Amino acid sequence: MTLAEYRKQKGEPPTPQHAPEAHEEHHPGPLEYLQIGAILFIITAVEVGLYYLDMSYNALVAILIVLSLAKFSLVVLWFMHLKFDNRLFAMLFATGLLGTAILFAIVIAAQRGSLV
Amino acid sequence: MSAGTQHLETSTGIDNKKLLMWLFLASDCLFFGSFIAAYLLYRDRSLVGPYPEDLFDIPFTSVSAFVLLMSSVSMVLALAAIQKGNVRGMQVWLLCTALLGALFIAGQAYEFTEFNHEGLSLSTNLFGTTFFVLTGFHGAHVTVGIVILLSLFVYSLRGGIQQKNSLNIELAGLYWHFVDIVWIVIFTLIYLVQP
Repeated sequence: MTLAEYRKQKGEPPTPQHAPEAHEEHHPGPLEYLQIGAILFIITAVEVGLYYLDMSYNALVAILIVLSLAKFSLVVLWFMHLKFDNRLFAMLFATGLLGTAILFAIVIAAQRGSLV
Repeated sequence: MSAGTQHLETSTGIDNKKLLMWLFLASDCLFFGSFIAAYLLYRDRSLVGPYPEDLFDIPFTSVSAFVLLMSSVSMVLALAAIQKGNVRGMQVWLLCTALLGALFIAGQAYEFTEFNHEGLSLSTNLFGTTFFVLTGFHGAHVTVGIVILLSLFVYSLRGGIQQKNSLNIELAGLYWHFVDIVWIVIFTLIYLVQP
């Protein structure tokens, strides 16, 4: 028996509708996807270019991590639609990322403050 | 509106398959996070070479990273196509994604072979162990993704995928994009950031 059939049998109303913003999904179109792809390509090219520049190690690491986070966010928010989808998915994924961040924090502490 | 977010008669109001996929991806964050942390922890503790700076070919790996990024674009275009009812377009982009994935795997196989010729194996040193385990598991994920994409392609040829069940493509896409973001992190932290 499905949940809908069970609720009907019990005389209960159907599952309450979630917040409107959770369901008014607006997936981007192909043009927007191609624009995001172009941005990802440019960021990757900048990353590789920075690798060959003679700059301080700490500055290089900081810039590369920021650029990497930008690429990560673009893919997750637009290609995986977390920006447009139900917030529950974002919360689930954020939980996984938080666990990973805690793991990294522990490893960095074990390394006495430096991992990269 | 895709099947994944329309109002469904489940306790959450969203599709259980999509919820399960996001749960899996959240757990996979920790899976790869552990291997990346282990690599960063041990890469400078090898007692014998070869070392990362002796082996990494940044131009080659940059092309591989670009190939995987572009496969994410083709994957999302496959989803956009089927959500508009364009089955032929979806098939083309699915095949394109699988081919780009196969190209990435071919590059990884070449890289592994080159490293092996230079004397690095799984048991040579801590760098070899952590590097091959991390990138090997990522390659295994990509390979599984290719099998899923090709299965969906064949299924669509038999008329199994239409606009109404585009969720199948969306779920495959979520997995594929996740594999891509893992490589974004690996490319930066393992290849570009070298002490």
